[in-house]
Amino acid sequence: MAPLPVTVIGGYLGAGKTTLVNHLLRHAAGRRLAVLVNEFGELAIDEDLIEAEENGLISIAGGCICCSFGNDLIGALHDLAAMSPPPDHIVIESSGVAIPGAIVSTMLLNENFRSDGVVVVIDAETVQRNARDDYIGDTITRQLTDAEIIVANKIDLVDEAACAALMGWLASVAPGAIVIAATRGEVAPDALLGVVSNPGPGHPSDHSDQLFESMVVSPRPGSDVAVLAERLALGPYGVIRTKGYARGPDGALNLLHTVGQRWEVTPALDSHEVGIICLGFRGSLDKSAIADLVAHLARTAAHRVNLA
Amino acid sequence: MSATTIYSARKILTMNPNQPEVSHVAVRDGRILGAGALSDLEGWGDYTLDDRFVDKVLMPGLIEGHAHTMEGTLWRNVYVGWFDRMDPDGKIWSGLKSIDAVVERLSQEDARLTDPQAPLPGWSLDPIYMDNQRVTRHDLDRVSTTRPIGVLHASGHIMNVNTRALELAGLLKPGINHDGIPLGDDGLPTGELFGPDTMTPVGPHVGFDRALTDCDERGLVDYAKLCVRAGVTTSTDLAARLTDESVGMMLDVTGRDGFPTRIVPLKVFFGISPEEIVDYVVKLKDRSTELLRLGRIKAVADGSIQGFSARMRWPGYHNGAPNGLWYTAPDQMLELYNRALAAGVQVHTHTNGDQATQMALDMLEPALKAYPSPDHRFTLQHCQLADAAQFRKMASLGMCVNLFANHHFYWGDEHYRLTVGPERAERMNACRTALDSGVPLAIHSDAPVTPLGPLFTAWEAVNRITASGRTQGEGEKIPVDAALYAITLGAAYTLHLDDELGSIEVGKKADFAVLEDDPTAVEPMALKDIQVWGTVQNGRIFAAADL
Repeated sequence: MAPLPVTVIGGYLGAGKTTLVNHLLRHAAGRRLAVLVNEFGELAIDEDLIEAEENGLISIAGGCICCSFGNDLIGALHDLAAMSPPPDHIVIESSGVAIPGAIVSTMLLNENFRSDGVVVVIDAETVQRNARDDYIGDTITRQLTDAEIIVANKIDLVDEAACAALMGWLASVAPGAIVIAATRGEVAPDALLGVVSNPGPGHPSDHSDQLFESMVVSPRPGSDVAVLAERLALGPYGVIRTKGYARGPDGALNLLHTVGQRWEVTPALDSHEVGIICLGFRGSLDKSAIADLVAHLARTAAHRVNLA
Repeated sequence: MSATTIYSARKILTMNPNQPEVSHVAVRDGRILGAGALSDLEGWGDYTLDDRFVDKVLMPGLIEGHAHTMEGTLWRNVYVGWFDRMDPDGKIWSGLKSIDAVVERLSQEDARLTDPQAPLPGWSLDPIYMDNQRVTRHDLDRVSTTRPIGVLHASGHIMNVNTRALELAGLLKPGINHDGIPLGDDGLPTGELFGPDTMTPVGPHVGFDRALTDCDERGLVDYAKLCVRAGVTTSTDLAARLTDESVGMMLDVTGRDGFPTRIVPLKVFFGISPEEIVDYVVKLKDRSTELLRLGRIKAVADGSIQGFSARMRWPGYHNGAPNGLWYTAPDQMLELYNRALAAGVQVHTHTNGDQATQMALDMLEPALKAYPSPDHRFTLQHCQLADAAQFRKMASLGMCVNLFANHHFYWGDEHYRLTVGPERAERMNACRTALDSGVPLAIHSDAPVTPLGPLFTAWEAVNRITASGRTQGEGEKIPVDAALYAITLGAAYTLHLDDELGSIEVGKKADFAVLEDDPTAVEPMALKDIQVWGTVQNGRIFAAADL
């Protein structure tokens, strides 16, 4: 079985993690999400989304589920992996003081999972003040340094100057992270969970998706997939995340992922068509540069074949 | 009218200042009818004079204010600790002084097991006393390569496993990148697992359950035996999950004839919202029985000092380790305190580092202003690094403290040398400062982390000796009578049970610790060596020798 993608959503209390999770569930677009929350507080899941609730497991419209992991996240993950059929994607909403990187390294001990990004939600208005707090300041900084994507939530509550100051501050605290501004946790699931190839008809449109655009590239067989992944993640292409399949120099099919500046190439376990979806901010995604990169790697591959 | 029994004793230490020492105690219906000279008691009518304790010393039944009944369950694993320790059946397991000795004891157990693949769990290993020697999977492979073996450290935060256990857990592979899993020169895990995150995936393979902190039925029965052997008639179970199922089990076991201990379980605040836990515990309270007292909450602010996960104020850890982790966010603690005070539910809060203590104080103050609650008795548990100002604050907020005296003996040297340095190590578990500040005081073992035994705990608070034999923190020593108070009325007070427990006086429960010697007469250094004959609990007699 291919490892299940797991996205960790961290951030301090009040940042809007729960609102974001509800938004993802509402716009799952055919993804069968399994959401693990630390606890079912009041209003953990919007009531209109709940179809049934039994034995601590909430069934949600569209085939998603939600359960609380309490003090045993690893056990809860293990139970999800054993479900038949398994979910498409696991989302962990961590506790407000959890260090997301620690959750990821523990989760990766189990070969059934792969990390599909650390998302840290912040309250755009209060995060800098909280980061100076004696008690929680270092926790918030540690959360931010673990982030691949930072959702700057409640951005509507700060004016332009404060917003610019926030972005400058985030760039110094978490230089590797991509920042997505949001209000009421409305971030397109494509940006946080990856693009679904066939969303299917009848799924509600998410207006926040106007923030993003995507393109599909099909690298020629023989391209160096690791180099491609690294360039897409680190290069100036405006890419937030990519996912897809490509054949490497040895002809084997590889699964390629990038989230923010982290990239990963692993052997594909099932057969898939070659093609990589790249997603970025509308207007920032440099489609022609990405096409050039793919063409360049294809030429290098061809050159290597000729030499041989 | 119910029968009256009057016990005579060599001496009865009452904890009642009006008559601190008496010769007789009268018991009717499991309660104390009176204490005094025989002539003081005869006026209550017909009685049977029972002189079985005539050469014994009676104290109020001892109260363990911070322990975990899981100790009863752990004894089904092989004990490999450094110190001698008594099991529920009264057998003393000798302390093991080398890795070879640990391997040998595990090998003896291995030879007894017929199934070559059955797991072999051990517990209470502490290589700190063996010059911090590293234990690896290769050491445990000397016991067996076919069965999974896992040995839990005394702290409960580290586990050593053998190669077979790593294989079964899918961890015998290169490329593991985890702070809690050190790798050997071969790129494979050494078999040392640090922290619950890494222990949980392996635990079930070596015989440790996922819900390690929960006691099972037999474990609770065994724990109660340990209580009788230690003179304990009431014990907390300080971090229970208290699911419907486990509450049912505890009600069943504690309700059986001959169950000798009053258990006070606190529901732990993890993975449940403040609102939910308060509602739940209010309902639980109604299910309380004489021997199972429900309706309290345990919150956890930070981790442990020796695990470097405690939250420290400036200047932080002595060895420069980064600050520890919050287990509960300050805002969430505030919400819990608010809701608990509003509902009249008591909260005990684990704090180890001094910043965690400060956080609890800073959250309780506004909660008390919002929900004024005379006599709330919110208690800080462990609270090992609190300074004088923090104790004064506890006093003015009406808080109690339960200090981890035993820890000072077992890990005091380590704190002096490594974690917090000399000055703060000397003030750790500051019993004297607590009393001087007017903070009601209890002291504890945190069994199974250290052995259950309030007389040992009192000895440590009196003498402040560390495992290496040094006196650490002369100024924080307390007198014997104050230490004996802390393990009886002091602990009862932190649980709002001082109206029925903790002293031998009319109207209270007939709970006694039956001792072979007089703790107020022996040398203070001999306090821990006093033999416990057994207990009387609700008027029922439990001889340790007959368990």
